[in-house]
Amino acid sequence: MADKTTLQYTAEHEWVLVDGDTATVGITEYAADKLGDVVYVDLPEAGTDVSSGTVVGEIESTKSVGELFAPISGTVVEANQAVIDAPELVNSDPFGEGWLIKVSFDALPELLSFDEYSALVAE
Amino acid sequence: MTDTTEPPTGATAPEERRSPLHDAHVAAGASFTDFAGWQMPVSYGSDLAEHHAIRTAAGLFDLSHMAEIYLVGPEAAAALDYALAGKISATAEGQAKYSLLLAESGGIVDDLVVYRTGDDRFLVVANASNRAAVASELVARAQNFDCEVFDESDDIALIAIQGPKAFEILSQVPGFSVDGLDTIKYYWSRPGTFGADGEHEVLVARTGYTGEDGYELYVAPDAATELWEALLETGAGSGLVPAGLASRDTLRLEAGMPLYGHELDVNTFPVQAGLGRVVNRTKEGDFVGRAAVEAGPKETARVLVGLVSEGKRAGRAGYPVFASAEGGDPVGIITSGALSPTLGYPIAMAYVDPGAATSASLFIDVRGKRIAATLTPLPFYKRESR
Repeated sequence: MADKTTLQYTAEHEWVLVDGDTATVGITEYAADKLGDVVYVDLPEAGTDVSSGTVVGEIESTKSVGELFAPISGTVVEANQAVIDAPELVNSDPFGEGWLIKVSFDALPELLSFDEYSALVAE
Repeated sequence: MTDTTEPPTGATAPEERRSPLHDAHVAAGASFTDFAGWQMPVSYGSDLAEHHAIRTAAGLFDLSHMAEIYLVGPEAAAALDYALAGKISATAEGQAKYSLLLAESGGIVDDLVVYRTGDDRFLVVANASNRAAVASELVARAQNFDCEVFDESDDIALIAIQGPKAFEILSQVPGFSVDGLDTIKYYWSRPGTFGADGEHEVLVARTGYTGEDGYELYVAPDAATELWEALLETGAGSGLVPAGLASRDTLRLEAGMPLYGHELDVNTFPVQAGLGRVVNRTKEGDFVGRAAVEAGPKETARVLVGLVSEGKRAGRAGYPVFASAEGGDPVGIITSGALSPTLGYPIAMAYVDPGAATSASLFIDVRGKRIAATLTPLPFYKRESR
């Protein structure tokens, strides 16, 4: 599980872990709790070009549907097959095994720090 | 990530109300949702785990937000025969009856359960969101009858224990006592007591909204926490868990039970919702909505159907239904839908045009993609009787 304090965040309750020119993306524990038990995820396939702020996937719980926004522009290099097979990983380990996609990118947009995101959620 | 749909909620009241069990829910780690102005538990961690617990063992719901209205007096039965769609006077003491409060137009103002708690006493249990509407209608409709109407909603808490182990657990709760719990039949009730000296009255009803066997316990708010905790403690070894409104919704959907605001509203006739049997058209005397329901809805009025589909993507409330895989106008709309936790495939209830109700298959527009669905009789899930 990634160290939450070193991740970057979006206002759409997603987290981003940057490693070189690749970003791993998932949803936050707050978002997973709000959704309830996740039962289905629809993720973009490797090779898909995504642009920041657009809807690229869906996360469905028993009671609602969440949209996955690309936090960054680039190309999907991997969708997490483990989560496709076992969507409950989003609830049980949102910052770790419950990651959703990896995106290779050229430029990193401005994202929220842990403190900034924590303040947003506390509102 | 943004929610595009929300769990069903009632109309928002200006003030936020809390159940007498609120502190117990907070201590148990519940997350809350607004329901008809009440802060009620939506789940205690995993709504799926709560759902499965009720299908296989037992679960405990706090339903203290629901409305309880008493009609008392020599003509209370006659007043209810006039006010509601069913023949309430035909019930025996202790018996419960599912009924409808209709508008003059024949539409459904609320669905409710009536318990005959005495020869001239009836308890009407209505949806929280419709408390004011039902209470005021009952007062108005009982006006010419020798009876009084009391809205006791603030003075009655409601705890439901549902699931195959409900009887086993309830029968062992220390301080809980009722004559012959094992002889209370489905849709019957009996007064009992709770407390070290039996100081709290409890109405014990074998009713529910989950498709499982179980009981609903009406008790004074100041005894609710003690009873809730005694139930949880007694049932812990049997798999009893507290359960929130999220699992309640998937349970009732699997059981094909309508939810006011989704399958039922004032523009819907009972027959459209498959509730024609609830309207007693042979009872003597007039009742509100009689002329309209006897005339019936328009021939083109949509009817409620069950839809099942393959895969994991569920149709949800508000999604359109089509007759073909491409093109055409919608022939219906989904009112409730989910990936069924028990069955493992998507299920939905939908109102469709009469012509579409006899189709072999229809298509649900799931956010722009049409998914084939098969019509199926309700309920989707039926328990094996004990």
